[in-house]
Amino acid sequence: MLTRIASGFRYLGQGMRLMVGMPEYSTYVAHMHETHPGQPVMSYEEFFRERQQARYGGNGKVTRCC
Amino acid sequence: MNTLVSKLGWFAFVATGTFAFAVVALNRGEPVGALWIVVATVCVFTIGYRFYSKFIASKILQLDPTRMTPAYKHNDGLDYVPTNRYVLFGHHFAAIAGAGPLVGPILAAQMGYLPSMLWLLAGVVLAGAVQDFIVLFISTRRDGRSLGDLIKSEMGQMPGMIALFGTFFIMLVLLAVLALIVVKALAESPWGTFTVAATIPIALFMGVYARYIRPGSIGEVSLIGFVLLMLSIVGGQYVQEIPSLAALFTLTGEQLTWLLIGYGFIASVMPVWLLLAPRDYLSTFLKIGTVVSLAIGVLIISPELKMPALTQFVDGSGPVWSGSLFPFLFITVACGAISGFHSLISSGTTPKMIRNERDARFIGYGAMLMESFVAIMALVAASTIEPGVYFAMNSPAAIIGTTAESAAHAISQWGFYVTPEMITQTARDVGEHTVISRTGGAPTLAVGMAQILSEVLGGQAMMAFWYHFAILFEALFILTAVDAGTRAGRFMLQDLLGSFIPFMKRTDSIAANLIATSVCVAGWGYFLYQGVVDPLGGINTLWPLFGISNQMLAGIALILCSCVLFKMKQDRFAWVTILPAAWVLVCTLTAAWQKIFDANPRIGFLAHANKYKEAVAEGTVLAPAKSIGQMQQVIFNDYINASLAALFMLVLISMLAFGIRTILRARALGNPSAREAPFELLPLESVSRT
Repeated sequence: MLTRIASGFRYLGQGMRLMVGMPEYSTYVAHMHETHPGQPVMSYEEFFRERQQARYGGNGKVTRCC
Repeated sequence: MNTLVSKLGWFAFVATGTFAFAVVALNRGEPVGALWIVVATVCVFTIGYRFYSKFIASKILQLDPTRMTPAYKHNDGLDYVPTNRYVLFGHHFAAIAGAGPLVGPILAAQMGYLPSMLWLLAGVVLAGAVQDFIVLFISTRRDGRSLGDLIKSEMGQMPGMIALFGTFFIMLVLLAVLALIVVKALAESPWGTFTVAATIPIALFMGVYARYIRPGSIGEVSLIGFVLLMLSIVGGQYVQEIPSLAALFTLTGEQLTWLLIGYGFIASVMPVWLLLAPRDYLSTFLKIGTVVSLAIGVLIISPELKMPALTQFVDGSGPVWSGSLFPFLFITVACGAISGFHSLISSGTTPKMIRNERDARFIGYGAMLMESFVAIMALVAASTIEPGVYFAMNSPAAIIGTTAESAAHAISQWGFYVTPEMITQTARDVGEHTVISRTGGAPTLAVGMAQILSEVLGGQAMMAFWYHFAILFEALFILTAVDAGTRAGRFMLQDLLGSFIPFMKRTDSIAANLIATSVCVAGWGYFLYQGVVDPLGGINTLWPLFGISNQMLAGIALILCSCVLFKMKQDRFAWVTILPAAWVLVCTLTAAWQKIFDANPRIGFLAHANKYKEAVAEGTVLAPAKSIGQMQQVIFNDYINASLAALFMLVLISMLAFGIRTILRARALGNPSAREAPFELLPLESVSRT
């Protein structure tokens, strides 16, 4: 039960971060280790900046609605 | 046995829904509790989701849980990430929910709550949610590509360009109408203006904090920002009470317009981390929080609906906006029933993160039902306000005058009971000098929300706080949209112009950026200014133009969906998108035609221009113009608006022609011709995980 509540909260946090365009950092790190071992991995701070620029610096992407 | 239980359960559900509908629709004269609307809505949505969306998912689209999705195929941990369906639902909903579904039903409430409610329910189940779902599906099967790209590959290069061109103009009209809502809500309101102005330094501080002091701490910085926001609402009251400060923040509509135009330009060339990103955190979380608390508030107190089910204004003579029920109700309700803009979101970030194709139904169809639910809440909020006060707030000064006495007199003659005291008391309750002619929808929603929320928390004493909280929440996400929209518009423009002038395509060139930004800001600023000085309130002109443009995009998206269904050789089920497309096309084209050619100067742009031309010929000056020169300007504006409406019609008709061509070609072929990414199996471990 407790673990289910804990995972519920984890998803809630994930969901709220994704609402403002920030995916999970741990997923990114795991992905880099699994698929591209040996390649440089961005630190959390770099990751944060990269994602922020990608969401708002846009290339004509519409990320929100009326 | 199980199927019997399930059948009985659904039968009970249908019966409950029908009963709730009967209460809402047939009860005349007696007040109806908002709870019945909520019950009817929940029943319709559940049945629509369970049966109609399942039919689309399994029979027509044939969602395949073993099929590869872009999130796995291109997984990079950044843009393409397989994401839990509930998390992604939240992301998608936050992206599609905005001011549109809140403002539309409030403006439409002038015809009574019943027409809007019926269109919201029918529209979303049969059209809006279908569009969002199928576009999401189409994009997911094509590597998560954008709407423009999808149209190019399925219908041809030319229709793709036309769609992009249309989207740019939608953007301009959208930004103008959103900015107009803010101007109307803040004009002559020092409390509101101070609170909204305070969001700028708060956001700047948050931006620096999240970049240098505690990098990447979104939750923490949002909490700090939220506390500061609440303090600024409290502070606004003191600003209002100190005459010298109040004078500083008491601005006219025109002053606010110029400030907003300047703000839009500066904000959209500043680094994103400094202002845009932090304010987006605030506005997104505040939006979700407010929508949830409004829903809880309505459930707890089930306020009585004071607005009649139908008013006499279904004939088109309404003061809030003009035009008869068909086609203008369908244009005005806008985003809560169907919104073309969603097709851009459904082909944006969401398809890149979908873990399994099967989730498209829950996310695409489900999130749109949720958005429609928000629209229903806004309708409830508007309908719980005393109708006389509603009309005092939403009718332009040209019709009801500027004093409580003149407003009460005019509105009483329409048959709604209202006294000058009721109007001034409402203003006093919410801490404003006046509520007369606060058009644009936002103040009305704020009064409705303040009534509901103060009953749950804080009582009468908190009403002014809740009113300004609601104004702040709307202004906040509208300003974010203005900022982000100007940036998006700039890129679209550079993309479009780049095809003719190579220099403009260079997004790294500061000169090209500044030119494109200026053109964008000047574009929406022009319509905004024109709306602010309009004696009929601006909303009367701009909201229909916005509705028409948004539904035009919905029409384009539904035409694309129909083409894809024919290319998939699902001809016999293509009515699922053809019927809503036909309805949207008929409404949009009729509305645009009437906006141009109707003989009533309150509806038709050309008739309005003629009225001013005749006056010029006689040498008289009509308000708002103060000179013959300004009269010429009004006439010029009318021609611009008429041309814009004509442009929207042209775009839609040409897209229809291209759509029919594509369908005929697809039917002539013996085999499916949809251009999906080739079939691949989803990695096995991910299939078992979902």
